[in-house]
Amino acid sequence: MTRTLIIVPAYNEAGNIQNVVSDIHAHSTDYDILVVNDCSTDNTYELVRTIDKCNAIDLPINLGIGGAVQTGFKYAFENGYDCAVQFDGDGQHNASELENILLPVKNDEADVVIGSRFLNKEPNFRSSFARRKGIFIFKIVNFLMTKQIITDNTSGFRAYNKKAIEFLSLNYPEDYPEPESVVLLGRNGFRIKEISVNMKERKQGNSSIHGLRIPYYMFKVLLSIMMTGMRRKISQKIRVK
Amino acid sequence: MLQNINTDRVEYFAMAGSILLLVFIIELIRRKKIKEQYSLLWLFFSAGFILLSFWRDGIEEIAALMGIAYAPAAFLLILVMAIFLILIQFSIIISKLSETNKTLVQEIGLLKEKMRVYNNNLKK
Repeated sequence: MTRTLIIVPAYNEAGNIQNVVSDIHAHSTDYDILVVNDCSTDNTYELVRTIDKCNAIDLPINLGIGGAVQTGFKYAFENGYDCAVQFDGDGQHNASELENILLPVKNDEADVVIGSRFLNKEPNFRSSFARRKGIFIFKIVNFLMTKQIITDNTSGFRAYNKKAIEFLSLNYPEDYPEPESVVLLGRNGFRIKEISVNMKERKQGNSSIHGLRIPYYMFKVLLSIMMTGMRRKISQKIRVK
Repeated sequence: MLQNINTDRVEYFAMAGSILLLVFIIELIRRKKIKEQYSLLWLFFSAGFILLSFWRDGIEEIAALMGIAYAPAAFLLILVMAIFLILIQFSIIISKLSETNKTLVQEIGLLKEKMRVYNNNLKK
C-alpha cells in the first residue's frame, strides 16, 4: 500500500484547522496528516494536539509558508512516505478531491500534480482583477521557463511522489513559493500535471497578499522565477531512506 | 582665510585615522568580535587607506588614471566602492545565516515532534 502524507501548513488558523483536519479524516482514514504550525500566535497548535490521529510539527520560529511546507517534505522524506499532498490549513481546499489529485502520482503519470481552479473551465472562482492579472503573468512567464502551460501557478493544492518529496525536502523556495516551485520542478525534469479542482472561499482570515504587498509579491516572485531559470539543473544525489 | 590653511595637516589626520582604523579592526579580531574570514575586506581597505595617506601623490596619479580631474573625488569614489563591497559581503552573510537559521528551525520542529512521540511511547 502506498503511504500518503497530507501536509497542512497553518499559521493562525485556530478558526479553521479543526474543520480542515476532520474534513480529511471524514473522506479517508488512509492518509496520515501532518499539520505544520508555523509559530502561530493563536492556539492553532494546541487545538491540533486535541485531534486524534493527527501529527503536528510546532516550529519555534515563523518561517513563512515555504519553510513550513518544506518541513513537511522533510518529515515525509524521513518517514519514507510514497506520496505527499500539500493542503492549505485555511479550509479553501476540498478533502473530497484528495483522491483525484493523488491518482496521477499513484499511476506514475506525473511526479507533481497541481490542483487548478482554471483548468478546462471559465474562471468562476471569484477573484479580483489584480489577482487574475497576476495569475495570467505567471502563466506566461512559467510557460517561457518550462515550455508547459500551467493554468494555476499559485495553487497551493498539490500532490507529489517520492522523487519530488526528496527533491523538495532539499530545495524549496521561501516566502511565496508556489509559482517559483513550478519552474524549479519543471526545469529539473519533473513531470507536472494539472487536474481541475474547486476551491472554497476562505471562512476565516484574509489573504496575506494585499495593498503594497502586491507589487512586492509580483516583483519578488518574478525575480525568483528568473533566477531559477538562470540556475543550472540541481544535481540530485540519491539519498537512501 | 583659505590661503592660511596648512594642507599638510590633512595628511597627518589621514595617517592617524587610517592607522587607528586598522588597529581597531585588528583589536576586534583579537577579541573575537569579528571573525577572521569576515575581516578580510576591512583589513584590505584600511591598509589601502594607510598607503594612500602616506603616498600623497598616489591619489593624484590614481585620479589621473581614472580620468578624474579633482583628486579628492577619486578618493571618495574609492571609499564608496569599498563601503559597497563590504555591504554586499554583509548581504551574502545575512542570506547564508537566514538559510542556516531556517534549516535549524525545521530540524528543531522535526526533533520536537520526534521527542513527543518517543515520550508518549515510553509512557505506554
